[in-house]
Amino acid sequence: MKKGLLINYRWCTGCYSCELACQAKNGLPVGQYGIKLNQVGPWEYAPKKWQYTYFPVLTEQCNLCADRLAVGKLPSCVQHCQANCIQIIGADQAAEILKENSKVMFMTL
Amino acid sequence: MSKSQSSASLQSRDTVKADRVKYNSRGLAFFEHEQPWRYEEDGYQVTRGSAWSAPGCHLGCGVLIYSKDDKVVRVEGDPENPYNQGRLCPRCVAVDDIVNNERRISHPLKRSLDDRGKDRWERISWEEALDTIEQRFNTYKQQHGAESVVFLQGTGRDIAAYISRLAWSFGSPNYAFSLTNVACFGPRIFASTMLAGTFMVGDYSQQFIDRYDNPAWEAPALTVVWGNNPIVANSDGAYGHWVTDVLQRGSKLLVVDARLTWLAAHADLWLQVRPGSDGALALGIAHVLIEEGLCDDEFTSLWVYGLEEYAQMVAEWTPEKTSEVTWVSPEDIRAAARLLGQNSPALLQWGVALDQREDCVDGSRAVLSLFALTGNIEKPGTMIVGPELLKYITGWGRDLLSFDAEDKRIGTEELMFYKLALQVASMNRLIDHMIEQPDDYPIKASWIQTVNQIACGGADNERTLEAFSKLEFNVIVDLFMTPTAMAYGDLFLPVTTYTERNGIRCGDGTQRGETINAAVSPLGECRSDMEINLELGRRFNSEAWPWETVEEMFSHIMADTGMDFEGVREIAPSYLPFEYEKFKSGKMREDGQLGFQTPSGRLELYSQGLGFLGYDPLPNYVEPPMTPYSQPELAAEYPLVLTTGARRHNTFHSENRQGSRLRALHPEPTVQIHPQTAASLGVQDGEWVWVEGPVGLTGRTARAKRVAEVTPIVDPRVVSSDHGWWHPEADPEKLYDVNELNINNLISWSSGQTGIGANYKCLLCKIYPCREGEQS
Ligand code: SF4
Ligand code: SF4
Ligand code: SF4
Repeated sequence: MKKGLLINYRWCTGCYSCELACQAKNGLPVGQYGIKLNQVGPWEYAPKKWQYTYFPVLTEQCNLCADRLAVGKLPSCVQHCQANCIQIIGADQAAEILKENSKVMFMTL
Repeated sequence: MSKSQSSASLQSRDTVKADRVKYNSRGLAFFEHEQPWRYEEDGYQVTRGSAWSAPGCHLGCGVLIYSKDDKVVRVEGDPENPYNQGRLCPRCVAVDDIVNNERRISHPLKRSLDDRGKDRWERISWEEALDTIEQRFNTYKQQHGAESVVFLQGTGRDIAAYISRLAWSFGSPNYAFSLTNVACFGPRIFASTMLAGTFMVGDYSQQFIDRYDNPAWEAPALTVVWGNNPIVANSDGAYGHWVTDVLQRGSKLLVVDARLTWLAAHADLWLQVRPGSDGALALGIAHVLIEEGLCDDEFTSLWVYGLEEYAQMVAEWTPEKTSEVTWVSPEDIRAAARLLGQNSPALLQWGVALDQREDCVDGSRAVLSLFALTGNIEKPGTMIVGPELLKYITGWGRDLLSFDAEDKRIGTEELMFYKLALQVASMNRLIDHMIEQPDDYPIKASWIQTVNQIACGGADNERTLEAFSKLEFNVIVDLFMTPTAMAYGDLFLPVTTYTERNGIRCGDGTQRGETINAAVSPLGECRSDMEINLELGRRFNSEAWPWETVEEMFSHIMADTGMDFEGVREIAPSYLPFEYEKFKSGKMREDGQLGFQTPSGRLELYSQGLGFLGYDPLPNYVEPPMTPYSQPELAAEYPLVLTTGARRHNTFHSENRQGSRLRALHPEPTVQIHPQTAASLGVQDGEWVWVEGPVGLTGRTARAKRVAEVTPIVDPRVVSSDHGWWHPEADPEKLYDVNELNINNLISWSSGQTGIGANYKCLLCKIYPCREGEQS
């Protein structure tokens, strides 16, 4: 079964830990990422209603931390995610979660 | 759904394997780890320990340091540590950028007095460095008294205790926190102590080894984040993302902040307060709580003192009047009171913004009083008094200082707070004193450890530079050559990072027992701060420093726990027993009576302690000295309200500018300006601008350079800047550009009435584009 990262972006605070944890684990240079943060907002779309969301997205350099998974560890970005909003799951599980929950996205390589 | 799991987070973190929690004979809970504190994994050496400092913040997260061939390769969060649960902020994730940084100083240096400001350092041996310091400090002591040598620290980290002991064992009462008017954390501790007899923190279950699964704990129904951006700041012992943890467990969120932070954007209610007017806002909220019967009457009738006086004081603070002062609408003030009155348990996550206006204790008290009024004290999910392992916050070794020496402590004559409630000298009065150099009390030398005063941790560089240039001998102890060392250091001692040294860690607010464990050998000849202070302390006063090694010293400090350094290292982190509502069982008072350690035994909304010190017992609001209302004439020329010290993910105060991965996240200092304001000033996003304003009431002005960030997160009348800036890559003889980058140049060294709190968060300024050639 294909695995991917499920990101509950409602909670992503834009803290950069996933970006840097991936760089550290994979030895990537400054400016290259396995996971990259994107910011949408802030703007006020109605009185006191703000669009302000971060979306971490996977890049070509993500390998889903196969080496860590093999020894029973979480992927580096998942473990270090400060808001606890990334998990690694199989695509079949993801389908169930997407049916039930809002503000989640699932990314495969 | 279990407590540790919610549909919102869609995920649970398996932090505590309950079967591995054990208890020792003193009731300390600890882990039986599968691995020893140091082990091999896949060709790496892994060292488990606490990340406390340098570099680093106030938290000391649990880390696993991966090293190879005696070199740090990377640092990971320790998934077994209940504190951070495997997580880390970017600063520790990329700490190898700092540890292995080519700019680190690796051996002691000296420079002749005539060469201050010039990059003319000469390498010397440790023997020569320590001999010189011993001989010169002792000579000043003989000629002018021990008080002529001052001992200065930066923000409180584990080294603070050893700096205080060095000062006091030498015989000098002039040990000080280098920041203007101790304007960080201390004022909140003080305010809380006046109200409750002790310091209180929000209950995120951090006192329990099993955290969110502990059966006694309850998630707050409301989290109030006030003057703090916890998810970026990680301040004062609270791991910032505990806030998202409790939101994921159902808590509502009220944010009081001058800026729209990410939390504010996702809050149930955000109050965009005018910088510096937080105290007034709290009085307005109290007004509504009382008027609408939203207080916890049963609790206040039993445990609160001075409610009547308090109610009289807030009577005038109608939402309408409060709105004029704070710029928050009357509807939102009412809504905030109802949120707080109708959602219990509630906790307060308060921040340094409350400390950073002159004479700030009233504001912090007014905010905390809201939690006393609503009974959110010592219940699960409210404000609690954490267990204390070691009493270290007030310094270590005070008994070594004679009464005669204590009488000479600078600041105690004029400032009652310093005389009766603090153990430090007033840095502001020290600066005055260093400049004036009275014949009968000259200041000759300084010991400057863990602080980069002219980039951060100080004010008004012109005056700071003048003060330290009058001293004959300044010793700097740091990781890197800093603007401060370059400006007036005469001797430089290089220290290790936390990955290269041992230490102990017990935490702020709620304490736990941990150790800092060296993973690799020190760079070059670097020594740990503690080794340096032990060696030097021994030379000054061998009786006060009887230990052969720092590890022996650590074991002595933790003797009360029944364990030694090596013992704690194996089982860390260890947790003390904890119970709620200690005021109902006599455990909050020294005499064992019920209630709180205050004169009345209750939570004092009307503080008898402050009255005794000669201050207002009630937290009446006083307009800060540098605002459009208190300085209308200055405001005509400097129309914008400036708030400084906005935290960034990649830096801790003046640290971390050297690391390439960290620097890349936020490479230059910024000032956030509303789009409307930027348009009217003709300022473009990304453009270099000058932020210029009066230096307090000195009559002088100063300016600092910033990149404009045009963003709607600030009010059009307010601009917000980060702090601590210098350019390690710039010319050392231009002091790494610090004079044009330091926003603290706009802060004066004024003491105010109390000598507590400084106006970092509420200043006046104007903004204009840099000219050709001034950019970058
Ligand atoms: S799964 Fe591993 S490789 Fe992929 S982004 Fe996360 S840390 Fe990087
Ligand atoms: S670590 Fe988590 S919270 Fe932080 S930016 Fe990445 S996904 Fe968002
Ligand atoms: S909060 Fe960040 S810098 Fe501080 S100890 Fe934790 S990971 Fe390190």
